[in-house]
Parts: sequence; C-alpha cells; structure tokens
Amino acid sequence: MTTSSTTSSRWRALTRHHLFWPVAVLVLLLLVNVPFTPDFFSVKMADGHLYGSLVSIVLFGSPLILVAVGMTVVIATGGIDLSVGAVVAITGALACSYISDQKDQGALSGVLLAMGLGLLAAVVCGLWNGFLVARMGIQPIIATLIIMVAGRGVAQLITDGQIITINSEPYKLIGGGYWLTLPFSIFVVAAVVAVTGALTRRTALGLLVEAVGGNAEASRLVGIRSRRIKILVYMFCALCAGIAGLMISSNTSAADGNNAGLWIELDAILAVVIGGTSLLGGRFSIGGTVVGALVIQTLTTTIYTIGVPTQTNLVFKAAVVIVVCLLQSPKFRDKVFGAKFAARFGAKGGAKPAPTPADPAAATEAAPKMEVS
Amino acid sequence: MSATTQSPTASDSRTPSKVARLLGDRRLPVGVTALLFLVMYGVGLGRYQFYGFAEPQVFLNLFIDNGYLLVAAVGVTFVILSGGIDLSVGSMIGFTTMFTAWLVERQGLPIVVVIPMALAVGAFGGFLMGYVIHNFEIQPFIVTLAGLFLFRGLCLVISKESISISDGSVSSMAQTQVQLGMGFVSIGAIVSLVVLAVAFYVLHYTRFGRRVYAVGGNEQSAMLMGLPQGGTKIAVYTVSGFCSALAGLLFTLYIQSGDPLHATGMELDAIAAVVIGGTLLTGGSGYVLGTLFGVLVLGLIKSIIQFEGTLSSWWTKIATGVLLCAFILVQRFMTTRKKG
Repeated sequence: MTTSSTTSSRWRALTRHHLFWPVAVLVLLLLVNVPFTPDFFSVKMADGHLYGSLVSIVLFGSPLILVAVGMTVVIATGGIDLSVGAVVAITGALACSYISDQKDQGALSGVLLAMGLGLLAAVVCGLWNGFLVARMGIQPIIATLIIMVAGRGVAQLITDGQIITINSEPYKLIGGGYWLTLPFSIFVVAAVVAVTGALTRRTALGLLVEAVGGNAEASRLVGIRSRRIKILVYMFCALCAGIAGLMISSNTSAADGNNAGLWIELDAILAVVIGGTSLLGGRFSIGGTVVGALVIQTLTTTIYTIGVPTQTNLVFKAAVVIVVCLLQSPKFRDKVFGAKFAARFGAKGGAKPAPTPADPAAATEAAPKMEVS
Repeated sequence: MSATTQSPTASDSRTPSKVARLLGDRRLPVGVTALLFLVMYGVGLGRYQFYGFAEPQVFLNLFIDNGYLLVAAVGVTFVILSGGIDLSVGSMIGFTTMFTAWLVERQGLPIVVVIPMALAVGAFGGFLMGYVIHNFEIQPFIVTLAGLFLFRGLCLVISKESISISDGSVSSMAQTQVQLGMGFVSIGAIVSLVVLAVAFYVLHYTRFGRRVYAVGGNEQSAMLMGLPQGGTKIAVYTVSGFCSALAGLLFTLYIQSGDPLHATGMELDAIAAVVIGGTLLTGGSGYVLGTLFGVLVLGLIKSIIQFEGTLSSWWTKIATGVLLCAFILVQRFMTTRKKG
C-alpha cells in the first residue's frame, strides 16, 4: 500500500465518502435517460414556469423527500416509523374535509386553519408513536404498526369512505402551484431540508440523536434526555409526513383515505437506506436521504421514459433495490468482487459485523485499512 | 431497545406470589387472547342471538373465511419467532393466485399439476430471500420489501387484468363441503388446520423448532453453541414462502380468480394476527397456537361488523388497531415483569 500514488488515495477517499454510492447511482440513472430522451437535461421556460424532466423529478419526488427526511431522523435513533403513509392519509383527509365544509373554499383563513388542523393531527400521531416507543418501551416497528393499521380506517372515517374533492385555489398552491417560476413544493422541501440540516448539523441535536441511536441507555446515563429526544423525532417525522399529506392532497385536490400515501413508508425507508443511513441507527445523512429519494423518483421517471412496459416497473424497481442493497453490503462486495476490491472501496455500507476468526475475508479486509492509517 | 424499559417496580426479588407467577407465565398471552375471543363471542351471542349468531355454522365460517390468513400467519410466526420479519407475504399470495389462474385458465394445465408448481415457486422465493438475508447480511425488512415489489410486479407481468377461474375441477374443489356434526367446513379450512397442527409439531417437538426459538432468542448465543443459525434462518424464510404460496392457493379456491391486487397488505394482517396471538416481535417467545387465536379474533371482528350491519368496513381497521395496541401493551407489561 505504500506504493500507491496520491491520485489513487484521493480516489479512495472519494469512494469512501458516504454520498459516493448514492450519487453515483443517481448520476447513472440520469444518464440512462439521455439516449432515450436527448433533451432530458434541458429546462424550458413556458408561461413563466420552468419545465423539464429534472424539474418534474423534484416536483413529483417532493412528498417522498419530505417523508424520507423525517424517517431518517427516526431511523437515526434506531427506530422506524411505519405509520407515515397513514399519517399522510389522515392529514389530507382532515384538511380536505375541513375545506369542503367551508362556504368559500378559496378563503385563505379557512385554508390555513385546515392545514393547521391537519398538521396538528399528524403531530398528535407522532406524539402517540413516540410515547409508545420511548415511554412504554415498545419496539418501534410494532408501535407504529398500530397507526399504520388503524390510521387508514380513521382517514376513511373522516372522509366517510368517500373521496372528497375540493376546489380551493390557495390550497392548490402547496402541491400543484408555482412560485418564482418553480413548483412551490420545491421551496417547501428546500425549507424543510435546510431547517433539518441546520438543526441537526449546526446544533448539538444531531449528535444527541446519533447518541440515542447508538446506545439509548448509555446516552441517558450521560445526561441526554433520550426519551424526550425519541418522542421529538417521532413528532418531527409525523410532521414531515403531514406536510407531505397536504402536498399530495393539494396536488390532486382530493383526499382519498384508502390510497393517499399508500406504500410511501416503504419507499421512504428505501430512500433512507439507499442514502447510506444504517437501519440500526447511530448515524445518519440527510443529504444521502435526499439523494436516495431522488434516486427512487428518477427510477420511476426513467422506467416511464425508456419505455419499460408499466406493468413490469415494480419488477424493475425490485431489481434496483436488490442491486443497491447488495452493493452496499460489505459482505457481498467481499464475496463477489474479492477482498482486493473490498479493501479498495472500503466498507461503507450498513452494519459492520464483528469479524470472526472463521471469516478470512473480513480479516484480509481489515489489514490494509490499518496500513492506510 | 430493552435498555430503556427498566421499570422501577419490576425489581422485586422476593419469592414470586401466585399472581406474579401467573403474570410471568409465557403462556399467558395466548390465554388472554383465547379469553378475549370467548368474551367477544359471548358478546356477539348476546347481541345478535336473534340473527342466527348462535348457529355453529357462524363459528365454522370463521375457519372457512380466514383459512388462508391462518396459513399465511403460521408462516409468519416461524419468521417472527426467529427474530426476522417477512413483508412479502401479501404479494406472494397475490402472485400465487395470478400464477395459478394463468396456468389453469390460459395454459390449460390441470390444477393437480399447478399446485405443486405454485408451492415450489413460493418456497424457492422464500429460500432466495433467506439466502440473501443470511449471506449478505442485509436487513430482513429491506430484502422482503424487495420481495414485496418483485412478486407484486410479477403479478402484473402475468396480466394486468384479473383472470377468473372457470375450470371445473377447481370450482368443484372450492365448493366441496366437508360435513361435520354441526355444520360444514371447506377444504381450505381443513388444510389450514392441518398446517397449524404440523407447525405446532415442528415448532415444539422437533430439533428445527428448537433452533428457531434459539436463533430468535439470541442469535449470537445460538451461533456460539454451534447451532446452524444460517441454515435455520434460510429455512424459516423458505417455510414462510411455502406457507404464503399455500395460502395463495387457498385464497384462489376461496375467491376463484387471480388478480394482481389480491391480498394487498395482507402481510400486515398476518403480522397483526401473530402479535395479537402473543408472539413477541423480538423473537424467541410465542406459540403458534396463539396465532390461531389471533386469526380467529381478527375474523370475529369482521363477522361482528357484518352482523352489526350499520358499521362501515373501516371500523375493522380501527378495531384491529385498537386490539393490536391493547395486546402490545399487555405484552410489554408482562415482559417487564419477567425481567424483574
């Protein structure tokens, strides 16, 4: 290893960066589109709005990014939130049914109240999840399963089993409107990501979250209020899901208790994993998650543009999920590409198991690492 | 996870009283679920006695209408006991209905040939997922999620529209009524009970069953003891895939069609049934008999809502959620006691 030139060590540093694999996959997916749609990267101006494939990827990906950002923070504490899809449905249902009861559906005060009501309901759901996880000590996957199962029932109860359609201009803005030539939802997403990034990376909050995810009991003993932080992250996640719920129902001008946000929790978890956050908690990357969500949305767009028959797109998606997860698995890289490759690209993926003496691949991988340092 | 749960009241080291011993009994969750089932049934008897709720057939219908769910939930019980999770169950059921309907209707194969094929495909799918989970150390959650996408996608690849089955042997099989003294049950109900009995035997009386509990209880210890934990994990997912495919076949019989949207989200019903049945999601503790009661309780909610008439279907979801919550809290309470 002493003979390696500086370029190769730079290359190694680059490939070890936690965003390398997600960004590489995203760029690859974007490039795949070019032969099929030559003007894929061009952005046109029409009616004072910007149009283009890149803009629509971000526009349609907005709810997923929001949910995934909330999910990242929950996963960072070692939890998981399965209820986000149901929260999306409840928020949309509440907001739309409130607006549809108004005499003047376009009144700004009514719309704001409706949104407040929806978001409040979302935060209450998050509080409930956080209470079960932090106070009652229930496994997160189970605790959030409750609202996942019951939540859609509640959403249908609110909408009376109907799909409520509304006609409200101000409400339309959040999910389908434009502002400063760009879709308004992009600004919402940018604001949420910026605030989350600032709170977690410019203050100690992110560190505390990671400490709780690393070892909740230990962090409690050193004086971190780990329970309170857990409750907070579930509330934050539900709030993000609530905003996404408003966005989805605003985009379609309708609330569908049964189908709004269906399977979005799975896509969000996927985005988090693609973004390089370990499901075991203890560390997270908001940037990685945003890239992960964009990967999923780009994948969906790509499937449409390259003319894969729509019925096979789920198979396609499954294949990509498997490939991305396999690439992130250090063990897979060891086995398939050999120890040399693994040493070169380092182990950046999920949980690193303790190397057992019976595992020669792990031992050979550990050796060059020591030389580097 | 468990680190945050130490309750100050749970530290009594005195000789356990009768109550404490009862609360610490591992069989208690199953007992509670069975009791709940009886209470709900009793309430149903009281409320709807003039609408024929008391007829034995209403009870037998629980098995007829939920046989497929029972089979799927038994498979999920294996996975959860081993400390894993399987999200691909609903998709696998949907895929099996599609696969069966397509082979029988479009390809004209006799159902006798199709059944083993469908079961083999299901078991192989489960095996693949288990293989990836064990060998590449990827979380079961993600791998089975990919399985969910894959099998739902394969449904759509076969056909976007539903295929109804008009094959004579299938419909005669579906309509066969096995007479019991007080009523009749379908073939599906009998198959599901057989599966339950086999699972009970395997989990409690065979070496494989003990390995499942050991791996779920503490994988590290199981490995250090020299148990083939990898093989056990792969086998568990294979069992789950096999059970899902069998559940898919029963569902095909029950509904006599294949549809790409069949059984969407049924993995949650199955997981809920297992949890309500008292199996701990952390693995290593629970009884497959509890899963039976979990399925029966879920089925009884549905029949009560049918008998009530004025209640809408979404109350099923809400009631399931509330029950789920109650059982999780009971479980929590009891595991805290046991640690003390």
